[in-house]
Amino acid sequence: MKYAFYPGCVSRGACPELYTATLEVCNILGIELDEDSLRSASCTGAGVLQEKNLRLGDTLNARTFAMAEKAGLPLMTICSTCQGVMSQANQRLVSDPEYLASINEDLKEEGLEYKGTINPKHLLWIIVEDLGMDFFHSKVVRKLEGLKLAPFYGCYIVRPTEALGFDENPERETSLEAVIEAVGAEVVDFPGKTLCCGFPILTINPKNSVKMVANHTIDAKDRGADAMVTPCPLCHLNLDGYQPNASSAAKRDIDLPIIHLPQLVGLSLGIAPEKMRLNKHIVSTKKLLSELAVAP
Amino acid sequence: MEVKLSVRRYDPESTNTVPHFQEYQLEMDEAATVLDALIQIREDVDGTLSLRCSCRSAICGSCAMRVNGEAGLACNTKVIDALPSDGTAIVIEPAGNLPVIKDLVVDFQPFWDQVKSIEPWLQPAGEEPEGEYLAPDEDMLHLAGVVSCILCGACVSDCTVLEVDSNFLGPAALAKAYRFVGDPRDDADGKRLKALNEEGGVWDCTRCMKCVEVCPKGVAPMDRIMSLREKVMDAGHTNTNGARHATAFVDSVRHSGWLDELKLPIKSFGIFNLKAMISLIPLAIRSQRAGKVPPLIHKNIPEVENVRRIFDKVENKK
Repeated sequence: MKYAFYPGCVSRGACPELYTATLEVCNILGIELDEDSLRSASCTGAGVLQEKNLRLGDTLNARTFAMAEKAGLPLMTICSTCQGVMSQANQRLVSDPEYLASINEDLKEEGLEYKGTINPKHLLWIIVEDLGMDFFHSKVVRKLEGLKLAPFYGCYIVRPTEALGFDENPERETSLEAVIEAVGAEVVDFPGKTLCCGFPILTINPKNSVKMVANHTIDAKDRGADAMVTPCPLCHLNLDGYQPNASSAAKRDIDLPIIHLPQLVGLSLGIAPEKMRLNKHIVSTKKLLSELAVAP
Repeated sequence: MEVKLSVRRYDPESTNTVPHFQEYQLEMDEAATVLDALIQIREDVDGTLSLRCSCRSAICGSCAMRVNGEAGLACNTKVIDALPSDGTAIVIEPAGNLPVIKDLVVDFQPFWDQVKSIEPWLQPAGEEPEGEYLAPDEDMLHLAGVVSCILCGACVSDCTVLEVDSNFLGPAALAKAYRFVGDPRDDADGKRLKALNEEGGVWDCTRCMKCVEVCPKGVAPMDRIMSLREKVMDAGHTNTNGARHATAFVDSVRHSGWLDELKLPIKSFGIFNLKAMISLIPLAIRSQRAGKVPPLIHKNIPEVENVRRIFDKVENKK
């Protein structure tokens, strides 16, 4: 299976471990990643650019979709935020032919035209829907038994359900739990799993943002989680990077490693932790890995 | 059809003042709503259960509560849709982010205070016309969604910011603010936008879309908040972390095609904001140690000129 790979800004920026882990995991799962066709694709706008100019965001995303279409490949993302912003843009573009035509006018000069056939998909959905859980099970060589994991989706991969195609693909609602169970770990359910991590207001209202980090990580920890797993690098940045701040604000130890989805999958596929840069987190994964008897 | 409901009970005047869940088993018709079930409990099973309701037709907005953890109107949620597939009970809780008075009844005072604070009435300038204040249909169309608000509080119940900060104006009041800022007959935009730019206003929203998802009337409060952000910036209020963040983000994408993660926080706080700059240092050191630093030299994406051209073209249209 071959995909036009859209890595997003964060996996090429502050979360290089996500990029590395993704390449490792896809290699073993037989997901071929074409890194060329979207090399000159822009940022999705992450919802922030859309605050200033929605049409501009839709045009940039239509440009990315047109590139994948030109390459004749489905599009894969590894970021909940990219997924959501792309799905929302796609819904507006595909549902209104007149709007799409006017957007295409601005892509003409570059020789691009979006015909409306792309269905952007996160690696999480690709595992559950395109590979299928039976195939994924067959690839798992190391069952992570005894490990208790709290899922943390990120807002943009769960809302709005209409743009994300939850009606047609109801398994998306519990896809992260399905992967956690498939790798042999135990799901620690908690209400915060589909709520906001606080990242979008990190520089706007740091106090509120850190409170959100504290609430979610402490709740998951108190329910027995050994770690949290997320398909969103922005959630990772906040829940991992600002956990020390959350810990001092809440005046208690938290120490909950925040694992990227591909890192979790990689551990179950037998990939060495350092190959996925699991040693490159703010909240150390050392204890977690030693409990799993995987050398860090 | 057999139905199990687990209802959160709380009565400050009873012997058990600790909130707890009580389970009820009922026989319901397939067409029954969650509200029908709750009323049946109150009428036939347990007269001590308190809840608010009136029209039963999703018009009055009285019966907003959490069903299986998510806010909505009990009267337009069918029991059959709310039944968990694993045969467990439907979980009923009072609306969140508002003080519980008893069982499913919450105190709406904070909600009304928020709505009142945005001055939800038309403030036209100039001389009073002889007849009505008129507005062309096409100028009012964009308000069709927002005037559908029935003030039920579902959005406020599930707002992720209100959960950590009661100072936030909240989605209902902000959507109402948009209703007046966007009304061509209202002339108080300057004053309104200035107030909305303050702390607790438009910039504190996290864009989590909870309010959009739970609103039973399609008001889409978050989308209104985003429109207000644009209007606040267009009105010249650019000296906030929020406005700087949006501007720096857009500039970064325009210039390089993608996000410059090193510059974004610095530009959002403002380079001369020494206190904020110092607050970034521990994170910078932690990230450096963990090898989690974005590339120091932020390279442009290939053929970035195509992105810049799109920016010029689309921004000129605005």
